[in-house]
Amino acid sequence: MSREKILEAIKKNKPAPKELPEVIGFASTYTNLTITFAESIRKAGGELITVQDMTSIPARIRQALPGMQRIADLVNESPDTYRHLLNDPASLEVVVLKGRLAVAENGAIWLHESDCVNRVYPFITQHLVLIVEQHTLVGNMHEAYVIMGNMMNSYGVFIAGPSKTADIEQSLVIGAHGARSLLVFLVGPGV
Amino acid sequence: MTYNHHKDHSAAAAEFLVNKERVQWHDDALWFVRSKRDKAAFALPEWEGLRTQASAIKDHTLSCLDEYLQQFEQNAARNGIHIHWALDAQEHNDIVYSILARHGARKIVKSKSMLTEECHLNDHLEQKGIEVVDTDLGERIVQLNDEPPSHIVLPAIHIKKEEVGAIFHKHLGTEAGASDPQYLTNAAREHLRQKFLTADIAITGVNFAVAETGSIVVCTNEGNADLGVHLAKVHIACMGIEKIIPRTEHLGVFLRLLARSATGQAITTYSSHFQRPAAGSEMHVVIVDNGRTTQLGREAFRNSLKCIRCGACLNTCPVYRRSGGHSYHNAVAGPIGAILAPNLDMKKNADLPFASTLCGSCTDVCPVKIDIHDQLYQWRQVLVQEGYVATGKKAGMKVMAAILSSPGRFSMAGKLARKMLKWFPRLAMNGKLNPWGRQRELPEVPAESFREWYKREHGK
Repeated sequence: MSREKILEAIKKNKPAPKELPEVIGFASTYTNLTITFAESIRKAGGELITVQDMTSIPARIRQALPGMQRIADLVNESPDTYRHLLNDPASLEVVVLKGRLAVAENGAIWLHESDCVNRVYPFITQHLVLIVEQHTLVGNMHEAYVIMGNMMNSYGVFIAGPSKTADIEQSLVIGAHGARSLLVFLVGPGV
Repeated sequence: MTYNHHKDHSAAAAEFLVNKERVQWHDDALWFVRSKRDKAAFALPEWEGLRTQASAIKDHTLSCLDEYLQQFEQNAARNGIHIHWALDAQEHNDIVYSILARHGARKIVKSKSMLTEECHLNDHLEQKGIEVVDTDLGERIVQLNDEPPSHIVLPAIHIKKEEVGAIFHKHLGTEAGASDPQYLTNAAREHLRQKFLTADIAITGVNFAVAETGSIVVCTNEGNADLGVHLAKVHIACMGIEKIIPRTEHLGVFLRLLARSATGQAITTYSSHFQRPAAGSEMHVVIVDNGRTTQLGREAFRNSLKCIRCGACLNTCPVYRRSGGHSYHNAVAGPIGAILAPNLDMKKNADLPFASTLCGSCTDVCPVKIDIHDQLYQWRQVLVQEGYVATGKKAGMKVMAAILSSPGRFSMAGKLARKMLKWFPRLAMNGKLNPWGRQRELPEVPAESFREWYKREHGK
């Protein structure tokens, strides 16, 4: 069997044991996570709006994405409310989801399977809105994995900005296959 | 879609070099990416520390690779993922086809996977009447143009936007003469949405496979891997044995390095972690050897298995930038390709380790500290010993070795050369005898050597 042959060949050919490094990663030194996060979102092609609480968000979404009809706000409403929309995910114009944590250094927002409601929603919608609570910000990826490590048991994704490509002559184009835009609401009393 | 093996690297490069303007354009495009990488790397004070950690994690993993693969297999199986093992490209293709056949699948969407390029999976499936659509924009462009990718991260870096416009006009019905990247990308988006929505099965590559959780991580900027996987009822992920890393926390190190090294981004737009198939769907991982265990046994070259396919060594390489990816006639081009390819077939790829100036820039930018230029140099020794190098090059090297190994002979040769060149200035640069002389002129010949000058000026 190929499995045994491959494992045998590795045993025969592998180098002498080498230790793993004792320390993995580096502590971040960002003094203001909110400012660093906002800058990273901008660099990744997204837009960030800071709000004190969630109440103004639905109105701000309509303001930021005028003319959108097929909006599924899966943070403030139950998916049942949007049954007719969600039956045809390819027609979704705006999906609103909540991130579980976010990384200041690169603007990556972590969504667990349950945060996506359905794995395909953050990708198939024309525009994506993500809500991040300020107290879930961490400095870098090492700090993120310390917190997330045990939260992963099915599917999860880091999302940093809208879908993009530079495959035609290195010209950056926003909106390749996934969301054409990313709007992030950073929510917290002190933001 | 296969490569032209009749031409060696230098012959293919010579053809590429005919259009000077295009060479400059290609060179500039890649240098632009290299510059973005530098900016991203220098922004992190711990960059060198990250490279050291990444290199050490990979060294450790290779030294226990069999144990980590089994740990990965166990954990993935517990999560409901089907694991398959393939000794070579043929078995890999057969396994993938058998899964498709079992589901009666006719339409496949595939995100970027250099392994499936290496195995020529598309050809294999198309011969069986299956439609395989590459969904990464660059890969779709080269697929429609019936050619292989020329770069592992930027598959269509060799194609101009006007040419993309012509390809899309022919295949997707875009306006004739259109060349605006925004317009063309949008046309591809609409075209590929239909493919995503109607595909039976999605195939992806694997960036990292985590042993302790049995999960795989796939990174894209376009979102094409996720759209394919989440809309199809079956996901097949294909990985080389070297994609394993031991623990989740190691992802922090590699994800900080990968996109910065590849395109100068802090992270790719999407870093997707697949640990369990979605309810009602099926997930398979095919683990492939295809010569990797042999490379593991070659002490001088096993480091090449640490590669995370960022493409930084291609972008920085003065030879790659001026010869183009297709001149390497191998799925992985550039410096890293030139040390992976001879392991697959020494005879076919004996030219590739010579496609380098050994300047060492590849080694400097490698995020996992592979000693790429040293390995290129070592492959040259092996290929000469094994008799895969043309006799002209071999004879020249013997003469050079004889001269350079003796100070007396070296000094004599220098004197002779200075005289000869004064009398026959074009002799050394005769293009027939010395290919390096074809586009070059020598500087003026000095009257004396440095040693002679030093002796005269400083006495003894």
